[in-house]
Amino acid sequence: MAKISPLQIYKFLPGTNCLECGESSCMAFASALIERKKKIDACVPLMEKKEYAEKKEKLIDLLTPPVKEITIGNVVIGGEEVMYRHDLTYFNPTAFFIDVDDSMPRESLIEKVEKVRNFKITRIGQELTLDGIAIRSKTDDPTKFGETVLSIYENYYMPFILCSYNPEILEVGLEIAAERKPLLYAATRDNWEAVADLALKHGCPVVASSPGDIQGLADLVQNLSDNGIKDIVLDIGSYPGGKQFYEMNENLAILRRLAIEEREKLFGYPILGVPMVAWMKEKDAVKATMKEATLAAVQLLRYCDALILHSPETWSLLPLLTLRQNIYTDPRVPISVEAGARVIGSPDENSPVLLTSNFALTYYTVEGDLQSSKVSCYLLVVDTEGLAVEVAMAGNKLTAAGVKEALEEAKLLEKVNHKKLIIPGRAARISGEIEEETGWEVIVGPIDSSRIGGFLEEKWGV
Amino acid sequence: MNLERALLELIGTEEIEELELENVKVDVDELIFEIKRAAMAYQLAQAKQLPVSRTEEKKEVYAYTPPVKTYKGSVAEVCLGATKADGGTRGKVVKIGGQSTLYRFEGGHKNKPIVSFDVFDIPMPSFPKSLREFWGDVWEDPADWAKRAVKLGSEVVTLHLISTDPRIKDTPPKEAAKTLEDVLQAVDVPLIVGGSGNPDKDPMVFEKVAEAAEGEMLLIASANLDLDYKKVVDAAVKYKHNVLSFTSMNITDQQTLNRLLFDAGLPKERLVQDPTTGALGYGLDYTYSIIERLKQNALKGDELLQNPVFCGVTNAWAAREAWMNEPSWGPREYRGPLWEILTAITVINAGADGMMMLHPKAVKTVKNLLAAASGEDEGDGELRYEDWLGGV
Ligand code: SF4
Repeated sequence: MAKISPLQIYKFLPGTNCLECGESSCMAFASALIERKKKIDACVPLMEKKEYAEKKEKLIDLLTPPVKEITIGNVVIGGEEVMYRHDLTYFNPTAFFIDVDDSMPRESLIEKVEKVRNFKITRIGQELTLDGIAIRSKTDDPTKFGETVLSIYENYYMPFILCSYNPEILEVGLEIAAERKPLLYAATRDNWEAVADLALKHGCPVVASSPGDIQGLADLVQNLSDNGIKDIVLDIGSYPGGKQFYEMNENLAILRRLAIEEREKLFGYPILGVPMVAWMKEKDAVKATMKEATLAAVQLLRYCDALILHSPETWSLLPLLTLRQNIYTDPRVPISVEAGARVIGSPDENSPVLLTSNFALTYYTVEGDLQSSKVSCYLLVVDTEGLAVEVAMAGNKLTAAGVKEALEEAKLLEKVNHKKLIIPGRAARISGEIEEETGWEVIVGPIDSSRIGGFLEEKWGV
Repeated sequence: MNLERALLELIGTEEIEELELENVKVDVDELIFEIKRAAMAYQLAQAKQLPVSRTEEKKEVYAYTPPVKTYKGSVAEVCLGATKADGGTRGKVVKIGGQSTLYRFEGGHKNKPIVSFDVFDIPMPSFPKSLREFWGDVWEDPADWAKRAVKLGSEVVTLHLISTDPRIKDTPPKEAAKTLEDVLQAVDVPLIVGGSGNPDKDPMVFEKVAEAAEGEMLLIASANLDLDYKKVVDAAVKYKHNVLSFTSMNITDQQTLNRLLFDAGLPKERLVQDPTTGALGYGLDYTYSIIERLKQNALKGDELLQNPVFCGVTNAWAAREAWMNEPSWGPREYRGPLWEILTAITVINAGADGMMMLHPKAVKTVKNLLAAASGEDEGDGELRYEDWLGGV
């Protein structure tokens, strides 16, 4: 496993525990570096003192992730340390770029870009948003491409990918938008010299594209880096089905294994996926969106650090962005919250008592729903060993005995003057048992806590 | 107490196991954590030097070879169903598991993952709308339901005997076994049989079910740490069935339960594991990493985890985003199946060998994807990827 330990880093730190970095010791600083809570320049002595020059260089080398971090506009991709999230965590979430092209009428162009910019859905306290726009030269007409880039550039400050195999077209786009550091799509075996010149001249990252051919990709990356290009994104081709899909799926794993486990620097760059290829043979928009989302999910799970999607439909983006949220959640963060009674709003002795599980996601969802419905109540969190209500019911981790214990430990009878407990709809099966065991009257709540506001209004009059 | 000096000393003396923690006044958890990390670093440093910079060998041309690894362990192959020749009545058997590599490029995978539709022994009016549409007219009769499932591509059918729950209908085990017999008559694919999750009732139900379906190589779903698993194993062994070992997102529990089931006499090639599937957005990340670890540990040689993994992808429908009528999320008729599809893709990528599912469109998509991912699908001709720029 290519994972760095604090001790490996410690070897290259001054070891004086001078505390200048704000950590309690050099060892603590080493841990903070691994978790990316601190940057190396926080250790001032290492940065400034001549005697540490060699250590400093070695440490920088050690800390450079096997997958390079690349910045497109203001979005950062890559920078991954591990192949499997359980070995540490994934760092920079896959960036979602939505495609527009230079044949679109201005009105629909602006409408789509607006939609991308304004897209926002809040899930468990996090905002799910899109990252940028891929501007595609469909017509191969430099004037049209220029006009399209200009109308977006003037009105929107968003990261771009400029897409054409024609260096002249890319150049037109760069003349307008170079200072935003767009990603150039793409250098191929045929055009790389011209595209490399553009990337160097404007200091922009560039995609190296070699569909289905890993050796070809290696040669291309070698050529680009021999010519001084440092910021590269890999493209091994995207395919929605058939044997080509099989090869792509394997190739994506191969690329990341070569980069992380074999430390092969030629592949130590972020990977681009283009799930919108699903639209090439499918004319029905719903079917195409479905296929695109399916391919996007596969690519997101197989290490793609940036995706170009065609559909701006919320019904497909919401599941995809939720998947991204799941996969890029830090696995070191605990699965459960502490059991016990929580105070929501400012409850009094007449306020309702509701019950939920101690699975973190369930808890935060219920809490969020209660907050937004503006009711004051007590939320009794039962220890279900970190399982959601449904799963806890199946696994017998949410039981009448457990509820009784939780009620008693939280001393709720000292807080309210009633004995009424509202349980989740999914726990309805054990309502009778809870009544028997606890002596409290049980009211079965809604299946989903999004309906809790209306429910309380109806049953509790709050 | 100087933590790092203590650690360095420890590493130097290699006496990590003999450390006495009683005298240590720092946070013990933190110390153990640091020691584990340090120990790993030590092993790493011993195993190989850090990679050398390639700058001096710039002239050397890179020649690609696939990074194939060899693995110590392999996953057992489990056979679901039995044909006449083997003492059952199924039309054909379905095999799952059997991998000896992590990725297919390392030497192929013996079997591709399978999909099983869920069938319940009572009507399910609580289903979300987009599921009621497909199953509402057959759910009065589990046999009809199973037939439709097979028609829609179910390679194996999962019959959930949930009405046996004392809190639902308290259907007696004998009657439940009769329902199973009806379904066995109606379809000729292998069956998975689920209980109600009631730890007292399930073993009794499974006993009767196992007896009634003797020799059919059912997958009994499931044995867990809360019920009389010995009874379940005894029935499975006596009447020739497989057992699903079900735990709640905890890899240590999975090892423990598998060990207990083996110790109770269940042969290795008759155990399938289910570490619990969280819905997309609601715990799927835990499921993902647990399955990845199960499979990687199996290949590394952990004999307690070398069994195929089955997932209740159906749980995707517990997510409100899958069923709720919320216009700002777009039409739920598309959003729901996609929620189930993405849940399936995630567990497949982690290494699942089988999935229980509910939406016919989701199943169709997932089966197509599985065929493509295993290299079996020719697709509709080659695609020239480069054409995407002008072709959409
Ligand atoms: S600033 Fe550097 S030398 Fe000082 S404690 Fe932090 S890591 Fe150690």
